[in-house]
Amino acid sequence: MNDKRPKNLELSTIRFPLPAITSILHRISGVFIFAGIGVLLWLLSESLRSPDGFASAAQWLDMPLVKLVVWAIVAGLIYHLVAGVKHLVMDMGVGETLSGGQTGARLVLGVSIISIVLAGVWLW
Amino acid sequence: MVTNVTSFGRSGLYDWVVQRFTAVYLAVYFVGLLGFLVWTPELTFDTWRALFGATWMRIASLAALFSICAHAWIGLWTVATDYLTADLLGSKATFLRIAFQSICVIVMFIYLVWGIQILWGV
Repeated sequence: MNDKRPKNLELSTIRFPLPAITSILHRISGVFIFAGIGVLLWLLSESLRSPDGFASAAQWLDMPLVKLVVWAIVAGLIYHLVAGVKHLVMDMGVGETLSGGQTGARLVLGVSIISIVLAGVWLW
Repeated sequence: MVTNVTSFGRSGLYDWVVQRFTAVYLAVYFVGLLGFLVWTPELTFDTWRALFGATWMRIASLAALFSICAHAWIGLWTVATDYLTADLLGSKATFLRIAFQSICVIVMFIYLVWGIQILWGV
């Protein structure tokens, strides 16, 4: 391949518009929750082991740092879910224009921020 | 540049469909689980164990685990082939990408076996 061909997608030099930021966050949250599944499986395994295990999982969850990590994973799941639903809506041909894309990105951010805050309130 | 050999279904269209079907299933599974947690006033060990000990929940959770693996394979393939490239990493890019994808597949396998052990150990 000719390496000297002009590039039109040098990511590090492009200022990201809002839909690009929500798109990259969708990817980052995906990679993050893939790792987070390990933490969730560990909590599930503890909590189902025995009544003692259940109590110890509850104790772990009461530690501020663990709770923060679990909230971060839940936040990642919520964001990935909301952005994914927007993806499915766009697959059906809704909101594919420039202004539709910007509205969609704002909706994704708004809905997920509200849900993530509510999840935090519920966890604490 | 050969990048398609590590994709999930050897075809973009097939991956696209699998990505969406697993996405819808995982959305239903996680929202359902969240609903259970929110609407159970005081979660006890007995309720929790009864839920995950039920055959339908084991099957639903196993399906969720399979879905996570397929969904993550496709998503991480997309991320890896977009960012672990020769443009960004030079000549070692392919080696690094294959190493990254191998680790991901090993982690998926661990999640799957571990999850089965948890579900059928209840």
